Amino acid sequence: MSELRLNGKTITVDASPDTPVLWVLRDHLGMTGTKFGCGKALCRACTVHLDGEATFSCLLPLSAATGHEITTIEGLSGRVAEAVQAAWDNIQVPQCGYCQSGQVMAAAALLTQNAKPSDADIDQAMQGNLCRCGTYQRIRLAIHYAAKQLEASA
Amino acid sequence: MITPFDSSRRTFLKVSALAGGGLILGLRLGRSEEAAAQPAAFEPNAWITVYPDGAVSLVCPRNEMGQDVYTSLIMLLAEELAVDPRQIKVEEAAVNPVYLNRLMGAQITGGSTSIRDAWDPLRQAGATARNMLVNAAAAQWSVPAAECRAENGQVIHGSNTLPYAALADAAARQPLPKDVALKQASEFSVIGKPLPRLDGAGKARGQAVFGIDVKQPGMVYAALAQCPVLGGKVASFDTGAAQKRAGVRKVVDIGEGVAVIADHYWEAHSALADIKIQWDEGPAAHLDTNAIYATLERSKDKPGTIIKQAGDATAALAKSKQIKARYTSQMLAHVALEPLNCLALVSANGVDVWASTQYPQGAQAAAAQAAGVEPEQVLIHAQLIGGGFGRRLDVDFIRQAVAIAKAVPGTPVKLIWTREDDVTHDFPRPPSLHLLHAALEGGRVAAFTHKMISPSVTARMFPSAVKDGNDYFMIEGVIDFTYDIPNLDMRTVIQEIGIPVGYWRSVSNALNAFAIESFVDELAHAAHRDPVEFRLAMLDKQPRQRAVLERAAKDAGFKARAHKGRAFGVASMQCYDTHIAMVAELSGKAKKVRLEKLTIAVDCGIAVHPDQVIAQLQGGVVTGLINALRSKVTIKGGRIQQSNFDTFPIPRMPQVPPIEIALIPSTEKPGGMGEAGVPLVAPAIANALFALTGKRIRALPLEDAGISFE
Repeated sequence: MSELRLNGKTITVDASPDTPVLWVLRDHLGMTGTKFGCGKALCRACTVHLDGEATFSCLLPLSAATGHEITTIEGLSGRVAEAVQAAWDNIQVPQCGYCQSGQVMAAAALLTQNAKPSDADIDQAMQGNLCRCGTYQRIRLAIHYAAKQLEASA
Repeated sequence: MITPFDSSRRTFLKVSALAGGGLILGLRLGRSEEAAAQPAAFEPNAWITVYPDGAVSLVCPRNEMGQDVYTSLIMLLAEELAVDPRQIKVEEAAVNPVYLNRLMGAQITGGSTSIRDAWDPLRQAGATARNMLVNAAAAQWSVPAAECRAENGQVIHGSNTLPYAALADAAARQPLPKDVALKQASEFSVIGKPLPRLDGAGKARGQAVFGIDVKQPGMVYAALAQCPVLGGKVASFDTGAAQKRAGVRKVVDIGEGVAVIADHYWEAHSALADIKIQWDEGPAAHLDTNAIYATLERSKDKPGTIIKQAGDATAALAKSKQIKARYTSQMLAHVALEPLNCLALVSANGVDVWASTQYPQGAQAAAAQAAGVEPEQVLIHAQLIGGGFGRRLDVDFIRQAVAIAKAVPGTPVKLIWTREDDVTHDFPRPPSLHLLHAALEGGRVAAFTHKMISPSVTARMFPSAVKDGNDYFMIEGVIDFTYDIPNLDMRTVIQEIGIPVGYWRSVSNALNAFAIESFVDELAHAAHRDPVEFRLAMLDKQPRQRAVLERAAKDAGFKARAHKGRAFGVASMQCYDTHIAMVAELSGKAKKVRLEKLTIAVDCGIAVHPDQVIAQLQGGVVTGLINALRSKVTIKGGRIQQSNFDTFPIPRMPQVPPIEIALIPSTEKPGGMGEAGVPLVAPAIANALFALTGKRIRALPLEDAGISFE
């Protein structure tokens, strides 16, 4: 049994310590909002927050996650998260939607650290997250939109 | 919930098959149980149910893979039914002949046909139901139906209103109206209007359930090792320590591979490494990319099938100086972001399949064959698709999941492919060779010939649809040739290459458009004409095509000659009953260029959901960049050499330029929009490269010619 800090709670998981957090979430805990895309940290569909930083969960073994605070799309909350998801609605970002959990997690981490990102900042922060449908233009727009809304409500 | 497979379901299928495309009561699978609980539901046809509690559910007959059918098809129903699409529940269609896609001849989502196929029947379904609800209300009020109108889920007469919920029971007893009038475009309140995607909010919150996310009680997982050589089979294997690993339930030989079934996916995946498999590699074992192209080359003198002819191209070419060119396109992987997966349950009652599929009818047939049951004993529960791009028209992963699940009857098994499985066992986009000849007279094209040589996807998947060597999907991009040229000869040659190939978003439109639109550009330069003016001169009979070409050129600020290190390239075509033109703007020097912008003008007739038409173009361009820039599948020893997003790169955010789109208003019937954004990206960029560098690139991907795109 391993202990895990997940979405603000401490839970125990019966999975072998080498199991990637992605599969602990999806199979052992039934939390399927975090997606499997490549298994090699090349597409970042599996993005979660590890101590507030956007990181991939497909290559993160359960043993390495112990002692850290993990947040998934299911547990994403707060002012920035709400602004990001409202922006996703407003700009109508998703197509197939499969990558969007990861995109939203990456965008929320970016805006938490950088309230007013430039296009270059967005490129830098989001280039790890693939979107096969090609919603990049709207993702960029939505991040700018969320930043503006956050600034206006600050 | 697993519902037992009962005989009444079988009856439904048979009854509806007899009834063809007509209106059928109680059609949907499982409806009989629900109907028993709620006897007064109004179910005038296979798409609409109005429940007495006020709930309205509409069936989406096509599979949602990002292209917006889940919203745009529902808009067609909601428009005529006079309900707010945001207030209704959307159901995925079961496999049933009533949901046949008439443009494809099967229950299939592809070919940019969903809106075009549904435009009349779904609006008629909505109007029929509305008519019956209005008649029921009129009868209740004892007023003429003509004095009543329906609006936002209720029938109105003067100051009287009745919600549909209150009319469900009475409407169900109304006779089916024969002829119903559809709304005029000026009366539309849903079609063409803004509406958030009905599946959008859930997708931004991790709540959308894709095939890979489906859960069933007692579900276990499977990982599968397949022969690295395409088409190879298991010769023998040694399970080693796999069966002793924690969580592992069973090791299963399904012929095309060896699967591990385990309690959790990671356990199944990890245990595969313990299994030593000897493969019978089969006939593809010595195949490589060069041999594939050599095979196409050897067929270049075959006469092929005539697709389009005018005048006498042979004679016209013989009279003048010929301009010749040879173009090639590469093989490509689909790499939908949701890896292929399928949850299957084989039990004494039949087979249940939960899968992201573009082809539920084919999935049903494949599952039936794998389980050794009749198709009507298979229930397909179609799920939201995490990207299709044509890959999910194939049902290999469904066949495999059922074959694996058959080894553990009564236990649902979810097979999940890795990304490596997905790339190395793809059905690649067909490679193609194009031979073109033309003659110019007085600055105009006097003769034009094109021969496309390529393997046929259709011959593999729908062999009876290929007649006299004519694959309907190979002629895309040629059959709707827009230019008025007096002597024309357009042919296709089917040449198989030793591995199976698959439909890839925009199919042959992308292959043929790269060759044809690049070659037309060559002709414009040979004639010393502006490439836009040159095209417009051949479009006198094509006002819609002219309009999009003029608009794209204007919006882009198109200039025929490079200026201050910037250059433009244009391409134009009709596809899927949609007219489109694209301009690429490049900057940079001979070896290193930057894609500055893509400008598009499109006339797709009535845009049912305009914002999502735009979205399809934005996304289509990114798929077009996969085709244009650097991605390719290559074969060595019968193996696909690429395996993940490192070796098969797709565009990342910084690599996608600004995309400007003009949607031309139209009252024509809707055209297809799911793929139209893809084909012109490569020729527009290749033509801009020529304008910038003077180098004509005639093979995809463009970076293979030693150019790099920033």
